[in-house]
Amino acid sequence: MAQLIVFLPLFGFLFCFFFGKIFGFKASQITTTSLLFVSTILSWYLFFSYLDEREVEVIHIFNWFTSGNFIVDWSIRLDSLTTTMFVVVCSVSACVHLYSIGYMSDDPSKERFMGYLSLFTFFMLMLVSSNNLLQMFFGWEGVGLASYLLIGFWYHKPSANNAAVKAFLVNRIGDFGYALGIAGIFYIFGSVEFSVIFDNAESFKDHSMQFIGISFNTIDLLCFLLFIGAMGKSAQLGLHTWLPDAMEGPTPVSALIHAATMVTAGVFLVARMSPLFEYALITNLFITFIGASTAIFAATIALTQNDIKRVIAYSTCSQLGYMFFAAGLGAYNASIFHLMTHGFFKALLFLSAGSVIHAMHHEQDMRKMGGLFKKIPITGSMMWIGSLAIIGFPYFSGYYSKESILENAYYSSSSMATFAYTVGILTALLTAFYSWRLLFMTFHGQTRSDKKTFDNAHESPLIMTLPLFVLAFGSIFAGLFFSNFYIGKMQYSFWGDSIILHDGKHHYLPFIQTLIVKSSVAIGVMLAALIYFYKKHLSKILAHNLDPLYSISLNKWYIDELYHSIFIRPYFYLANLFWKKGDERLIDGYGPNGISKLISISSQYLSRFQSGYLYHYAFVMLGGLVIILTWFIYY
Amino acid sequence: MADIPILSIIIFLPLLGALVILLIKDDENSLNNIKKVALWTSVGVFLLSLFIWLQFDSSNSGYQFQEKFRWFNDFNFYYHIGIDGISLFMVILSTFLTPLCILASWESIKKRVKEYMIAFLFLETVMIGMFASIDILLFYIFFEVVLIPMYLIIGIWGGERRIYASFKFFLYTLLGSVLMLIAIIVIYRLTNSMSIEDLQGNYFAKNVQIYLWLAFFASFAVKIPMWPFHTWLPDAHVEAPTAGSVILAGVLLKMGGYGFIRFSLGMLPEASEYFSPFIMILSIVAIVYTSFVALAQTDIKKLIAYSSVAHMGLVTIGIFIVNSQGLEGAMIQMISHGVLSGALFFCVGVIYDRMHTREINFYAGLVNRMPIYATVFMIFMLGSVGLPGTSGFIGEFLVIVGAFKYSSIVVIGAAIGIILSAVYMLYLYKRIIFGVMTNEKLIEILDLNNREKIILIPLAIAVIFIGIFPNVFIEPMRLPIESIIINYEFANAK
Repeated sequence: MAQLIVFLPLFGFLFCFFFGKIFGFKASQITTTSLLFVSTILSWYLFFSYLDEREVEVIHIFNWFTSGNFIVDWSIRLDSLTTTMFVVVCSVSACVHLYSIGYMSDDPSKERFMGYLSLFTFFMLMLVSSNNLLQMFFGWEGVGLASYLLIGFWYHKPSANNAAVKAFLVNRIGDFGYALGIAGIFYIFGSVEFSVIFDNAESFKDHSMQFIGISFNTIDLLCFLLFIGAMGKSAQLGLHTWLPDAMEGPTPVSALIHAATMVTAGVFLVARMSPLFEYALITNLFITFIGASTAIFAATIALTQNDIKRVIAYSTCSQLGYMFFAAGLGAYNASIFHLMTHGFFKALLFLSAGSVIHAMHHEQDMRKMGGLFKKIPITGSMMWIGSLAIIGFPYFSGYYSKESILENAYYSSSSMATFAYTVGILTALLTAFYSWRLLFMTFHGQTRSDKKTFDNAHESPLIMTLPLFVLAFGSIFAGLFFSNFYIGKMQYSFWGDSIILHDGKHHYLPFIQTLIVKSSVAIGVMLAALIYFYKKHLSKILAHNLDPLYSISLNKWYIDELYHSIFIRPYFYLANLFWKKGDERLIDGYGPNGISKLISISSQYLSRFQSGYLYHYAFVMLGGLVIILTWFIYY
Repeated sequence: MADIPILSIIIFLPLLGALVILLIKDDENSLNNIKKVALWTSVGVFLLSLFIWLQFDSSNSGYQFQEKFRWFNDFNFYYHIGIDGISLFMVILSTFLTPLCILASWESIKKRVKEYMIAFLFLETVMIGMFASIDILLFYIFFEVVLIPMYLIIGIWGGERRIYASFKFFLYTLLGSVLMLIAIIVIYRLTNSMSIEDLQGNYFAKNVQIYLWLAFFASFAVKIPMWPFHTWLPDAHVEAPTAGSVILAGVLLKMGGYGFIRFSLGMLPEASEYFSPFIMILSIVAIVYTSFVALAQTDIKKLIAYSSVAHMGLVTIGIFIVNSQGLEGAMIQMISHGVLSGALFFCVGVIYDRMHTREINFYAGLVNRMPIYATVFMIFMLGSVGLPGTSGFIGEFLVIVGAFKYSSIVVIGAAIGIILSAVYMLYLYKRIIFGVMTNEKLIEILDLNNREKIILIPLAIAVIFIGIFPNVFIEPMRLPIESIIINYEFANAK
């Protein structure tokens, strides 16, 4: 059954790839979507069967390659972590497939689009079901490829092409670390199988190794390298620049890949490797630090962005920061639970945004929206539900997961815990602010769009709103239904051996802290209401008076400009330097060309001896005779 | 079966085909016959080589299909051929690429077709002969004779600066050859044997090994090519006709890697150990330096040529870290690179045949008119950047894994290629394939025709097949590689 879940999307892709043009786009849409729905149903079935205590099951498919003692298999590892990811990936993907039929109805290459979506789903399922690091790397790079293809789907747009290349390259920087990490793990553990690594992790607790001439704690180093990979994929601070640009892709892609599934792969990696990360004390501090910093950093940018998709993209970045700092503090279950709930409400937000964009004829600038609620009430309500979930409104799904992360941060003994907790609360405030800013700017108040667009705005067809209902259901009830299993009483029996769990008892925050959390969220919402609903001129005044801060936020802290001048420009400069000066001047100049020039010059010189004049030759002979005679006489 | 000298048949069948072509009248009407004879001969050779693969016994670490005849009565020179798991795939790579090359030249070669086909078939004979030789002298003869048809192919059917390129190519490789010949004479004087098989071991004193190693290095380092002996390669590629580039990158570069494994590691293990840091430095420089240079190129062929140097840097790292992951990785990387770089040069040939330029800036938005071309090009591009599931990944990753045992600096040098290769390949692909067609001359460009599909689709299948089922290739080479490693470790008392 697990094989079916994983490979059905692949068949969908192959169908589109080989027969898409022949049978037309309808066949492709029906095939891929229905296969995905089958996968989804099966994965929910599997998920429920893993709700109870159950052993890890490994399904061996075949040996990928064996080189010396480096043995890698294709296999599927089933445990509650995998099944969780299965349901998130399949459900969101199925919704997105269905939604895309409506959203892409004007596009000329629908079969290609559906094929890529299915291909992505296949790689993602390979990633989460892997039983070793290398198959995971296969899925890891594969989702990167699918993301590259889908961001650049509209290849006639230069900005989309650039964003696609950027996404691939920044991810590759992470993959560089990940690959080193895998090689290092093999060097230390002699295997890349999870079970071998986990069983032996403890014995390397105090082991240290040399790396580039410096001695490191082995596990710290290995986890650090793996985490570089996670940072790239999950767009954490420093390697985050590709994610906002990735919004150049079609909106369903942003929902599936750049919100709900692919970008969470980094969090999944840390959770999957939790038995190893458990012993990486310093790296865990680093993870906490990066996670918390990303959370607040991305939130500050989201405050001022005007593109509806970019606001949600930065919000994704920020939420991923939450998941990472939870993982860094050892609360892997809270982290994965947030991953799950976030998958639902973020996909909902994105697809709703897509619905708005669809209604507004591809207008993404929120400054040209407003008052749309009356026109598209379903989309508007869905956006409200998603926003309530993301700020952690009680009993919505985000409430359970975010609360749990903050509780863990509050009670953690890590030296980064206070920092993480403070940042967590501040970010919650900012999240509430930008979410409501988005709602007010888009749906409420007076419209700022031109009359024609506004009048033509229409609610999306059923095929697009249906997935929204499904995701809204998940966003509301996922927490209520499953919090017991993920973070509550049943967590030990649910998780089993799949991740490391700390501290079985569920602590609640002290009352005063709960009050702080709740009120900070409320302040965020009220500020947004004040600035963007009641006193609209206030936003301009604030922007003016807080100029340096406002500009930094609006220009994303100038990170792109910084990277351009310290990485990209020198790169091209070096490329030309090596080519023109290195290869052509130095190697060729002193190598083959130099030698041939030397020979031709010296032969020209020597050829002067053959002048053809008899007296020249006689003179040389005489000179030679004198030298020889002198030599004979004196020696 | 044992009685039929199948290996000799494979070696000399192309030569026979060349003789047949020689007999065909050289006029307009028989051009097609000439091409057909060449094609079917090479296809036959390919099928025979597949037959050898089927008959090949992976549990045997030595040479198989051996044939041995005394050549000179007074000297220990033999016509001694045979293949083991290391040479098997080199032979198959040669026989696989040759028919595709002939097919690729079907229309693009207009002048002296007869001589061209003869040159190609002759080239195939010597390539296979070289990989199948067990006698060093025989190896040397084939190794050098390869230069002749290649020199002619570049010099006669090449581009505008073909004379400069072919001279540069010839001079570079000749320099190495002279030193290698001296080394071979020394070996014969010392051991009175010319058998590669018998000389595997540690038969020379360390100081002798060092001189011999340097002499062989001069030859192989130019061939593979290592930095800084690589500058002949971009010129030769740019000027060579498409099929010439394919064979050059696909097979001829592998002669260097093959030589390093057979001679440097197999016969001179102590010197190899001694020089391995030196190799590592040159290889890492090659990977980083040429990856940078590749980005700056304006000519598509030159870009791919530079990427070859970077990929070969990974091969030399893999060879000289001497463990099973490294060596098997290097072998797979060579096979994979043979397929991939060949395929990429074919791809360049496709648009060159249509537009007669290789300037990157000339092209843009090809996907609009050539979707199939864009798809296969994408597969090769992804293979070249080492995406898991393609052949490029297996070789690259095995070398990285192997290199961790050697040194952490080397592993970083090897792994940095993950980033750098993606930079220049994606940038290239973006510029020529994606975007809007701005150049009016491109509007009428046609997608792949059937002939081109027959060339490119098998290569695309090979790229993915090697990526998903690498065991098929690793299995036969496991034992020979293991015996090299054991020998090496024994010699260096590890």
